Amino acid sequence: MSTPRDRIPLPPPDAEKSLMTCHFCIVGCGYHVYKWPENREGGRAPDENALGLDFRKQLGPLAVTMTPAMHNVVTGDNGRRYNVMVLPDKACVVNQGLSSTRGGQLASVMYNGHGASANRLTHPRLFTGDDWHDTTWDQALAVYAGVTKGVLDEHGSDGVFFNCFDHGGAGGGFEDTWATGKLMFSAIRTKMVRIHNRPAYNSECHASRDMGIGELNNSYEDAQVADVIWSIGNNPYETQTNYFLAHWLPNLQGATLEKKRNWFPGETAGRGKVIFVDPRRTPSVAVAEQAAGKANVLHLDINPGTDIALFNGLLTHVVEQGWHDDRFIKDHTTGFEKARAANRMSLEQTSRITGVPVAKLRKAAEWSYKAKRSGHRPRAMHAYEKGIIWGNDNYHIQVSLVDLVLATHNVGRRGTGVVRMGGHQEGYARPPYPGPRPAPYIDQELMKGKGKMLTVWACNAFQTTCNAERYREAVVRRANRVREAMAQARGSGTETLVDAVLDAVNRKGGLFIASVDLYPTKFALAGHLMLPGAHPGERNLTSMNGERRLRLSEKFMEPPGSAKADALIAADMANALKELYQKAGDEEMARRFAGFEWQTEEDAFNDGFRQPEGIDSQGGGTGGMVTYARLRAMGNNGVQLPVKAFRDGRLIGTEMHYTDGKFDTSDGRAHFKESPWQGLLKPVAKQKEKYRFWINNGRSNHIWQTAYHDRYMAFRRGRYPMAYVEINPEDAAGLGVESGDIVDIHNDYGSVVAMAYLEPDIKRSQVFMLFAYPFGVAGDVTTEAVDENVVPYYKGTWADIRRVGRMDDYKATVSFRSRRYT
Amino acid sequence: MSKLTRRDFMRLSGGGIAAGTASVTGLAAAAGHGVRQGGVTLPYPRVTLVAAREVQVGVPHGFAYPDPHSPCVLLRIGYPVPGGIGPDADLVAHSTMCTHMGCIVTYDAAARTLKCPCHFSIFDPEKGGQQVCGQATENLPRIVLEYQPADDSIAAVAVDGLLYGRQANIL
Repeated sequence: MSTPRDRIPLPPPDAEKSLMTCHFCIVGCGYHVYKWPENREGGRAPDENALGLDFRKQLGPLAVTMTPAMHNVVTGDNGRRYNVMVLPDKACVVNQGLSSTRGGQLASVMYNGHGASANRLTHPRLFTGDDWHDTTWDQALAVYAGVTKGVLDEHGSDGVFFNCFDHGGAGGGFEDTWATGKLMFSAIRTKMVRIHNRPAYNSECHASRDMGIGELNNSYEDAQVADVIWSIGNNPYETQTNYFLAHWLPNLQGATLEKKRNWFPGETAGRGKVIFVDPRRTPSVAVAEQAAGKANVLHLDINPGTDIALFNGLLTHVVEQGWHDDRFIKDHTTGFEKARAANRMSLEQTSRITGVPVAKLRKAAEWSYKAKRSGHRPRAMHAYEKGIIWGNDNYHIQVSLVDLVLATHNVGRRGTGVVRMGGHQEGYARPPYPGPRPAPYIDQELMKGKGKMLTVWACNAFQTTCNAERYREAVVRRANRVREAMAQARGSGTETLVDAVLDAVNRKGGLFIASVDLYPTKFALAGHLMLPGAHPGERNLTSMNGERRLRLSEKFMEPPGSAKADALIAADMANALKELYQKAGDEEMARRFAGFEWQTEEDAFNDGFRQPEGIDSQGGGTGGMVTYARLRAMGNNGVQLPVKAFRDGRLIGTEMHYTDGKFDTSDGRAHFKESPWQGLLKPVAKQKEKYRFWINNGRSNHIWQTAYHDRYMAFRRGRYPMAYVEINPEDAAGLGVESGDIVDIHNDYGSVVAMAYLEPDIKRSQVFMLFAYPFGVAGDVTTEAVDENVVPYYKGTWADIRRVGRMDDYKATVSFRSRRYT
Repeated sequence: MSKLTRRDFMRLSGGGIAAGTASVTGLAAAAGHGVRQGGVTLPYPRVTLVAAREVQVGVPHGFAYPDPHSPCVLLRIGYPVPGGIGPDADLVAHSTMCTHMGCIVTYDAAARTLKCPCHFSIFDPEKGGQQVCGQATENLPRIVLEYQPADDSIAAVAVDGLLYGRQANIL
């Protein structure tokens, strides 16, 4: 961030310009990085700066987004200092020049040695008995490989546990996901792996996939031409901001009518309508009402966890009205009649369970599924996210939703799609997971004393898992046994240290923890070794957004200290293990750790994404057509996976799946499934009986993921010095709570503190808490409840609330005005 | 409202309170740019705005600062707020160009916030222009005010934060 705050240096016309896809959410907005020597500045005349803008006079609205947060001064490997400015790309079809509050700080998070970035891990750190100290990669890898080999030799693959990211964007990319996957699944061959945000190795969209529909099946452009957009358990203004602003909003405002008429000649076209399914009136509902007019927005504010009943009721009603697509069902699906019978529920019954009036249910169905004036079937896009992914029985909510979508043929037609909105970007390419389905509930295995070592890679279950308080307690207890052993072995050399660790894990129930991250995380409370990773800009990285758009983010500076791309850290680990096994004369094991002879992250990309035979890759079978050079040439618009061809120097991609009516099943038909309403998952139902408040939780636009950068940013930390909890003012009055007070939210799973934020739009006996924040971990009070594939019901717990006291500082400096634009 | 400490005020104002020591007065004198010799602040003009008693709670008073191309708003909050000046420490002023993309924010007296119609950012003038929700990466620039008890006058003397669409706050 630049100082002083009332000036900003302009990039000169000859500034270096490189590509950057924002790494902070699934949308992946396109940005350009400008880099130029610190002692030079562009001028105010349009021909004197790289932006071509005339800064001699006030720029008009919407001309640019260029704020102090978009500028930084970094040091090059030659010791020279450079200005960097990271600005949104107007030619990128994703964001069209828009920048969100997250992406707007891409420059600020780059390492400059002071301020927020001074908290970065710059070298490996080893816990030496009572504190952390920097160490060399040689020693760090000797410890890591030594412990890993010891555990493998004594306990086999299943002694080695991982908490590991599996995505694109900041903490991943196809390079790193491949590298870690190859290490875990081909070399170590462990199945004891959990994914970054959930306690097992599973999909958040098993149901949709089982039914033949991959969860990212349309393009952002489809939201521009839909008649109705369903936003289910999803708050797009805050969490997929520029997808919402650049694609949904124009439709809701009637600005895409001409496109609709061009794309669908003869078909009735009107301004788009939107239907929100969410117990909470989110900021997105308020914004949509502003943009589209209240008459074009429906908010189905269902009782928590009743989504299955909602979609079953709508399916029943739609079929009774004859609004389903008989032809499509007959030609392209199986199982319709059985699903219809199993899911049958009257609108009255649906209304009783969901709490949504029958009239509103009818209206939603009419908007979405009744033929338009022209006789054409409406184009209804169904977008969903964590409200149901982390809802009451992930699998069956998705079944009920996809049943409704299939019956009304709202997939494979432009302007439709049944899609997850996504959190972070994707970048999956890994050897097949060697475990079963359902996969082991890794958190519980660790709590039961299983596993000897845990590698925490670019994720943080201490802040993000369910039943988090008990999880932390168990992991810290086990890790401390290793810490004690390490303290005893202090000063006696690396080999003795490794032996001490192995003794603690083999005989004392200890757990050795290594983490790979940009920063020390909450796992520094328990861990023993930290390895410094790198993020986009410090290395090359490819990932894809929510419409499968693959882009390359280019390296423009070195990582800090001896930090390196995570793919190369995985390679270092494998190579160190290979050497250890070679030394021990175990050629068979050494061979398992071969194939990591990479010099750059591009080598990892070429090894995985580009050779898709026999692996699971989001690039499909045509990944080999993609190279860094070809992607670079495609700029910030990249290519939508899977690639269909490379022609005239351009990669040709796929805009929409299933347009031919062929689905991803063995018979090519989509499969209806049965999903009767069965109430709340048991552990949650018990909490509901015992406690007064439903503790809903989720995201805020200001805070990305675990706040790993944001916690150090004054702009964001000043906004939320502690996790906020939105609470109805009447409930607050009853508890004697005012905005800015600290409250304690507690139940028999744990307790968590939060900053009270009174909000009239929150219903009585329901609260909403910021999720995954370091200062107040919402997961501390969630239950262990999961669906049949071990996907947690993070959104569902009940607890009581008491006032802890008044915090004058928060009251004086934090705004408690409504976050809803009305 | 609790008592505001200097630390709170510093934090809300981003840590830097530009000194209102520019010797020029009036908008016309703001032409030209560059840092004063021997200083680190831009040469902000001192512009007398209005008598404090004329500013009513809930009625925004528009003005331009530091030049005619930079619209601002002066607000009386009705109770003391961080950075507030005047007899009741409740007068504050902000740029009305949204720090995101420069659309004009307007004061919603019922919500007590400044709101942008383009991408729905919301700012709280009672908390130093803090962004309540929205897409900007900066809080709303604060116009540094001075109050003269002798004639009850309010003057704008500096800007804390970069104005939208400018390389520097002084054109």
